[in-house]
Amino acid sequence: MCTTCGCGTGEVKIEGHDHHHGHDHSHDHSHGDHEHSHGEQGHSHDHHHHEHSEQSQDIHYGTGPAHAHAPGLSQSRMVEIEQNILGKNDEYAKENRRFFTENGIFTLNLVSSPGSGKTTLLTRTINDLKDDLSLSVIEGDQQTTHDAERIRETGVSAVQINTGKGCHLDAHMVGHAMESLKPDKGSVLFVENVGNLVCPAAFDLGEAHKVAILSVTEGEDKPLKYPDMFFAADIMLLNKIDLLPYLEFDVEKCIEYARRVNPDIQVLQVSATTGEGMDTWYQWVQASRQMRLIGRADILSSDKSQKLVSV
Amino acid sequence: MHEMSLCEGILQIIEDEAQKQQFTEVKQVILDVGVLSGVEITALEFAFEVIMQGTVAEKATLKINEIEAQAWCMPCSKTVNIKQRYDACPDCESYQLQVSGGDEMRIKELEVN
Repeated sequence: MCTTCGCGTGEVKIEGHDHHHGHDHSHDHSHGDHEHSHGEQGHSHDHHHHEHSEQSQDIHYGTGPAHAHAPGLSQSRMVEIEQNILGKNDEYAKENRRFFTENGIFTLNLVSSPGSGKTTLLTRTINDLKDDLSLSVIEGDQQTTHDAERIRETGVSAVQINTGKGCHLDAHMVGHAMESLKPDKGSVLFVENVGNLVCPAAFDLGEAHKVAILSVTEGEDKPLKYPDMFFAADIMLLNKIDLLPYLEFDVEKCIEYARRVNPDIQVLQVSATTGEGMDTWYQWVQASRQMRLIGRADILSSDKSQKLVSV
Repeated sequence: MHEMSLCEGILQIIEDEAQKQQFTEVKQVILDVGVLSGVEITALEFAFEVIMQGTVAEKATLKINEIEAQAWCMPCSKTVNIKQRYDACPDCESYQLQVSGGDEMRIKELEVN
């Protein structure tokens, strides 16, 4: 079947038989690496390796199985799909993003390997920002509600998603979490993804930015080892820098590696324990959020932090 | 290791299409998978077999077209082939590359009855 206009569905075409092929109107087919030419004599598939003689018994439905069918008789047909495997997730992500935009919610997807200090960084961030901004949190973990409890201790509402055997949050889960979380208009929503530097890279949640957190105890070549994540992230927080004196961690090299994978990535050096550098992170959050709210008087008029960020 | 969820995604698309296009059996699933997509082919093949059990695609074979990665090299002003995201340009060794293809992950075609 032609996926452009839907014509020719189930149309039987017996190769070698002289009949007019009804598919002679013209529009562009894009079939990747092979070409169909639809002429008066029907199809000529230039990549066919077997000859169709006058007596050929091959039966083609629509565009036919072409390059995929077994030689000889084949009753099956090819259905062109051309769909992204993550298309469903992307649709949910789009819905989430629309909701976030409409409500002026600035959403950050925090990704890192387990033990990089994500939750510590998040609780400190919440404690330092909660007077200025309305905040809420979605916590993703395979099991337990420990992290959500840690967040709730700060007085901010949090929903825990346990992924069970899953290795990442997907947009559908986040959409559901929103139903119970009900984040305020103009608020900042932190999504703490499952500790994993691989899979969450592929799953768009509808966030404004992915924030990759890398701790200096992990080794400076992580951006090269897990390039997909650092490519997907817009900013990297290099955490636990208070430990640098005790480690052989080359900060410059780490940043260079991250930029090799993603030349645009912004890097901030922070310590969630001592607070060092955290103000730069807060500036980034505030400024990035305000960038998105320019012209949104409906949101900004009731904003807790009326003052512009001084950078 | 999200190959399981990918296969669930594949199944979802197949089941939607089975209703739309009226087929009851899938004989072959043809995927385009870019080398930068982060998909581990062997893991995907394993997960495919597990997930498809008891579905219209139970007997389906999986064919994967591996798509090469390409990037636009700014200093050279041309498209070059790369293997990884952090590769340098094979000609000028610059890292000023803009990845332009190779992260595909899509179902291309289904062979159905």
